[in-house]
Amino acid sequence: MTLLSFARGPGMQVASLIFIAGMFWRLFGIFLLRRRVAHAAARHPFPIRLLGGAVTIFTRTIPRRTFWPRVGAGVALSYVFHVGLFIILFGGAPHILIIHEIFGLSWPGLPRGVIVIASGITLAALILLLVRRLTHPVLRLLSKPDDYISWAIVFLPVATGILLSGETIASYGTLLALHILSIEALMIWLPFGKLMHVSLVFAGRFVLGYNFSRKGAAT
Amino acid sequence: MNVISPPPAQQAPPPADVSRALRGFIADVGPTVALSLESCVHCGQCAEACQFYVQTGDPRYTPIHKIELFKQTYNRELGPFAFAYKFFGLAPALTTETLTEWQDLVYDSCNMCGRCSLICPMGIDIADLVEQTRHGMYQAGLAPQDFLGAIAEKERATGSPFGLTSEKFRDLLHEIGAAHGVEMHVDEPKAEIVPTVSSIDVKTYPGSMAAIAKILNHLGQPWSFRTDGFDADNASLTAGDRAGQDAVTQGIVAAAISCGAKTLVMPECGHSFTEMRWEAANAYGKDLPFRVLHITELMAENIQSGKIRVTKVKQTATYHDACQVSRRGGATAAPRVILAALGVDLHELEDAGDANWCCGGGGGVALIKRAQPLRDAAFAIKKKQIEASGAPIVYTSCSGCRQTLDHGGKASGWTTTVGSLLELVADNLAS
Repeated sequence: MTLLSFARGPGMQVASLIFIAGMFWRLFGIFLLRRRVAHAAARHPFPIRLLGGAVTIFTRTIPRRTFWPRVGAGVALSYVFHVGLFIILFGGAPHILIIHEIFGLSWPGLPRGVIVIASGITLAALILLLVRRLTHPVLRLLSKPDDYISWAIVFLPVATGILLSGETIASYGTLLALHILSIEALMIWLPFGKLMHVSLVFAGRFVLGYNFSRKGAAT
Repeated sequence: MNVISPPPAQQAPPPADVSRALRGFIADVGPTVALSLESCVHCGQCAEACQFYVQTGDPRYTPIHKIELFKQTYNRELGPFAFAYKFFGLAPALTTETLTEWQDLVYDSCNMCGRCSLICPMGIDIADLVEQTRHGMYQAGLAPQDFLGAIAEKERATGSPFGLTSEKFRDLLHEIGAAHGVEMHVDEPKAEIVPTVSSIDVKTYPGSMAAIAKILNHLGQPWSFRTDGFDADNASLTAGDRAGQDAVTQGIVAAAISCGAKTLVMPECGHSFTEMRWEAANAYGKDLPFRVLHITELMAENIQSGKIRVTKVKQTATYHDACQVSRRGGATAAPRVILAALGVDLHELEDAGDANWCCGGGGGVALIKRAQPLRDAAFAIKKKQIEASGAPIVYTSCSGCRQTLDHGGKASGWTTTVGSLLELVADNLAS
């Protein structure tokens, strides 16, 4: 069995299994805890509270204007990375092909040059985010091994993707295998670390928005 | 950057009780709190919303860092991967040393004002997590004794933070009524409206009780103070004494029910409002048989319906929002309705309303003696904003805020007048 066939076969199967089981385990572990019923008379009826939760998913995407001077630069850098990753993932032709194979959905890919530029910008943003984490006193204090593992595990697919696009340091097959393996590592780690925020971010914002709408308070 | 080192404790605290802290931390964890504890991405934005970090530059004051022990305990004992955290030692166990080390972070440097909850991109209500963390710290015996912890203990024993008995409160009300020429209603068998008081009002601003009486007399509905449940201050809440907090709340609920109250009115106080408005029904176990309104809500509602009529005042003033009433209580609009009806030329502060900065005294910090340097640092933001507004008077609707503004102003040689919105309305009722 070649490295590529391992990555495409058993590697992907094991990673998928761990990814799905881990996600379910963590989400069930959170949401199956005993819920306390809120008895206080709400300021708004249930539909408005639902709307408050849904709206908060979007409004928390950007901090309130009053916070911009203090957090604007960090947020902007984070957005460069997140948007870059989105462009690579959903604009790259090979990725769209895989999505089509699994879900049957397809759309036109972005030109290869755009993806290469997006990858370079994303990689640079990732490096700057790491430098910021290592040098900012607050981030240094807050950071745990999870933060650095998660950074590396996101960095690797982007880096191997760039190498793959140019068939640079190794054969296409080897680079493809490394790219797939790096994605599998990400899938395996995601449910256990902070990368889980890909799902928790929506739940967290919704719950806060719902609860604060109940109080008629700012979300 | 002005780094303020935490001053040494006034007296050596007793060794923290680790097992009680652990139980205190995880006792009330449900899905909402678990979601918050699982979600942090360590972005650090909450630090930039916190007055203590902004003013000192000390990263220890990062809000989410303040609840680190709670988070570690959750991960080890209750989280979905608790077995792994324990087996591989991924989250350290609580120790007396770490609990003691975190005491000033959980108490002295958090107003529970919720500004951090407003910025968190993950939707974590960090202020709520600090309240939960205090439950564990209180259980460990780490509520600062000088004075918050001691006051909470007195409240638990007597129902009042300063040990005010029913008899003394009754006498006090009649004295205040006589001094201000206001008819007092005390322990009436039936009352539609029941006002409560804050111990700060009792101690420092007794005129506010005359003001409430004056307004309720003006309204003309049956009303009465209750001496069997009157002090809503709830220092137990800010100290982290869950049982004491419930006891205070249940006492007030029982007193209001006993006279058939339809509306329970909370005084000019922040934390007591959030407690009674949003938590009392949970302590009671079902829907309350009466409404709970902050005094500003009662005044605004009745001004809008025409039942309270006020004369216009010729004043330029600014308004300081109490965090628990506005940002965390949902009553941001009420004081502005009142100020507009009074014809006040309102010069709003920068960040007024929901993004308002705390005065520095909230969350029981005003009751922690050694926290004064931190409190002053937080107050400096408010002072600067009030001065920038150009208004000679600042009104507020929280006696805790009023006291902090009064003290901070006096200490810094302020010429700005600090006033109560309640007393302003009472002084300007149309005959």
